[in-house]
Amino acid sequence: MATINLNGRDVAVDLPDDTPLLWALRDGLNMTGTKFGCGIAMCGACTVHVDGQATRSCVTPLSAVKGKKITTVESVGEAKVGAAVQAAWQKLDVVQCGYCQSGQIMSATALLASNPKPTDADIDAAMSGNVCRCATYVRIRAAIHEAAKSLA
Amino acid sequence: MNMTAPHAGLSRRSFLKLGAAAGGGLLIELNLPGARALAADAGGFAPNAFIRIGRDGVVTLVMHKVEMGQGTYTAIPQLIAEELDVPLEAVKLEHAPPDPKYAEPLIGAQITGGSTSIRGAWKPMREAGATARVLLVQAAAKKWNADAATLTTRDGTVIDAAGGRRANYGELVDVAATLPVPATVTLKDPKDFRLVGKPVRRIDAAGKVNGSARFGIDVVLPGMKIATVAASPVFGGTLASVDEAAALKVRGVRHVVKLDNAVAVVADNMWAAKQGLASCSPRWNDGTHAKLDTAQIFAQLERSSEGPGAIAHKAGDADAAMKSGARRIDAVYRQPMLAHATMEPINCTVELKADGLDVWVGTQVPGIAQAVAAQTAGLKPEQVRIHNHLLGGGFGRRLEVDFIAQAVAIGKQVRGPVKIVWSREEDIQHDMYRPPYLDRISAALDAKGMPVAWTHRVAGSSIMARFFPPAFKDGVDPDAVDGAVELPYAIPAMRVEYQQVEPPAVPTAFWRGVGPTRNGFVVEGFIDELAAAAGQDPVAYRRALIKDARTRAVLDLAAQKSGWGTPLKTTAGSRAGRGVALMHVFGSYIAQVAEVEVNADNEVRVRRVTCVIDCGFAVNPLTVVAQMEGGIMFGLTAALWNEITLADGRVQQSNFHDVRMMRMNEAPQIDVHIVPSAESPGGVGEPGTSVAIPAVVNAVFAATGQRVRTLPISGQLRSA
Repeated sequence: MATINLNGRDVAVDLPDDTPLLWALRDGLNMTGTKFGCGIAMCGACTVHVDGQATRSCVTPLSAVKGKKITTVESVGEAKVGAAVQAAWQKLDVVQCGYCQSGQIMSATALLASNPKPTDADIDAAMSGNVCRCATYVRIRAAIHEAAKSLA
Repeated sequence: MNMTAPHAGLSRRSFLKLGAAAGGGLLIELNLPGARALAADAGGFAPNAFIRIGRDGVVTLVMHKVEMGQGTYTAIPQLIAEELDVPLEAVKLEHAPPDPKYAEPLIGAQITGGSTSIRGAWKPMREAGATARVLLVQAAAKKWNADAATLTTRDGTVIDAAGGRRANYGELVDVAATLPVPATVTLKDPKDFRLVGKPVRRIDAAGKVNGSARFGIDVVLPGMKIATVAASPVFGGTLASVDEAAALKVRGVRHVVKLDNAVAVVADNMWAAKQGLASCSPRWNDGTHAKLDTAQIFAQLERSSEGPGAIAHKAGDADAAMKSGARRIDAVYRQPMLAHATMEPINCTVELKADGLDVWVGTQVPGIAQAVAAQTAGLKPEQVRIHNHLLGGGFGRRLEVDFIAQAVAIGKQVRGPVKIVWSREEDIQHDMYRPPYLDRISAALDAKGMPVAWTHRVAGSSIMARFFPPAFKDGVDPDAVDGAVELPYAIPAMRVEYQQVEPPAVPTAFWRGVGPTRNGFVVEGFIDELAAAAGQDPVAYRRALIKDARTRAVLDLAAQKSGWGTPLKTTAGSRAGRGVALMHVFGSYIAQVAEVEVNADNEVRVRRVTCVIDCGFAVNPLTVVAQMEGGIMFGLTAALWNEITLADGRVQQSNFHDVRMMRMNEAPQIDVHIVPSAESPGGVGEPGTSVAIPAVVNAVFAATGQRVRTLPISGQLRSA
């Protein structure tokens, strides 16, 4: 039995320590906003924040997040930066199928939290781990700039 | 996708019917033309779409299409809301259950594919909205004893300006349900549109940015188990043995389910299931395809395509004209197998109960899904309840039901609900692939370099012959040659042939852009070759051959907006070039100019794509632009990098480390220009993909002088 601090609450998870956080969230806690895409940290669909850092939950075992604060897409909008990112995504009509967008939102929010005015190169560096098969990249880039502007 | 059935030309009488909705309110039953022509011929009224307006004023459309990113769940409500005069937010959607009555009118089956949704919905959905509006106005007139002609509507309200009265639609629905269907309705003049033709934001965005949107993989049911699967790595192989005890030792593993060609491990969660699968050491009977490889598949295509195929298109005497030309150009084009790699991995949840079977899934084909689930379970179709979901990408993969049959076969052996989730590796290695194709194409040029003869033999798997057999006629698959026949160019003598060549054991399927995406590469690549042979500019050469004004207009605008002919910047050691391509496919006219840079290591970077589309009336310009942006990059990804290869009967790629996806740092600037038009809408989901591939291939030629006739481009270029 592991206890994790998830979205501001301590939550018990009755799964072995080596269980990736992704499956603890999705199958252990029925929190399906965090998505499975590849299982090998190659697509970013499973991105969450661990102590504010964008982290691929598919390769992060429960043992590695004990005592740390985990934030998922379900609550990222409760903070100012996450809310601005979600608003910008809607304003610029970013999503298509939407499956990867939980991870995109988490990566973009982590970027803006540490770098309020990212350049295109900063966006490339922070976002290239997140695959979008619908290829919404043009609008993701614009929405990150838009969110930065709205937070300034 | 060329699956269109002829319109049945139904009268308005059979088009609409009214009734009271269960629980009160107005129910409008629509008969979208084409799909149910047989029932109408028999004298019956067979509605295939339903709009309910409740006493609360909420408008509910039972949606015959699925949403997989293409924006249909926004654009079709726009059509209804426009004519009904309600805010877009007032229209709610329900996923339609499987039923032939929800068929796509352009296809004749309940399918979301082929860039058909808006083309099929354009007129009927507006007429339905307009009819409902007229009825609500008449209901108000009756209630107020007023002249209907003096009443107006706005935002779900009927207004009597002179009398100072207003009524919400919800107050009028019960009266409206008793009125006769108006004989005719007048649609709005497009200049009065408030929603249609405007850049309306998607209505499904909120749930997709906060994690609340539910895809098939997100189904959660009480007591549900999770299973993951390994099928025989060799196509056509069977399961020989499996170490069940080893799997059952893993904490959380409940069962090991053996199928003829696969093993599934059922567990409390995906992690336990994956570990169980990894430890159960399945052994396989590889069967007869254990040595199959990609070279054999292409050798088969080479050999088979040497002989003639079935005639798909013929104009003039191509053989005689070929001999009369001043010079002849011959080429062979090759296209690899491709995987779909939808971001949402393949999944399906099933529960067999005493009273039937429940299936939770995201599918482009609810009716086929129901049929295959029933067949696998030994039930009647009506005993199978399909609960459709948002699709985390379709691209043709979710037109297929192989995984639904497999899930039901597993579910039959498990008590309670079980969600089957494939790993990404299983998805890549057991996709139903875009088939490999080989095209032999030739042209004769006159003394001025213009084509006087053209022959094109298309060879590859017919998906249509399996998927929609009535469309496969006289040896010709109309999808396989879509984009190769009816060229936008005037060529006096032409022959296009198709030869069906099925790769051994490899399952093949539609893939975004279908036939036109394969033929665009060949035809537009070859036209570029002819222009080069003639020593002419690729835009000028095409322009001289183009037959119709709409094609010419998109080409001219693409040339202008891309700066065609102006100098390109290059960085030290690299070469840059622009390439053009155009097509008239899916009812739309599209031209693109790609701008590439090729570095000293022969890596191609697409810097910019200029895209001009004339898709007729653009119902939602924001969606049209999004489909161009995404569709173009989908094509570029395949053109630059993607190929599925076989060795020893097995797929050699497995995940995103070797199935390369375009990423943020590689995404080009994309400039989309929509040509204003009042024509009926064309499709937008696929043409962007079809044209992007030849545009980048032609740009690579412009940059390097090297003609790529085998995809992907990566690995084809030689150093300067």
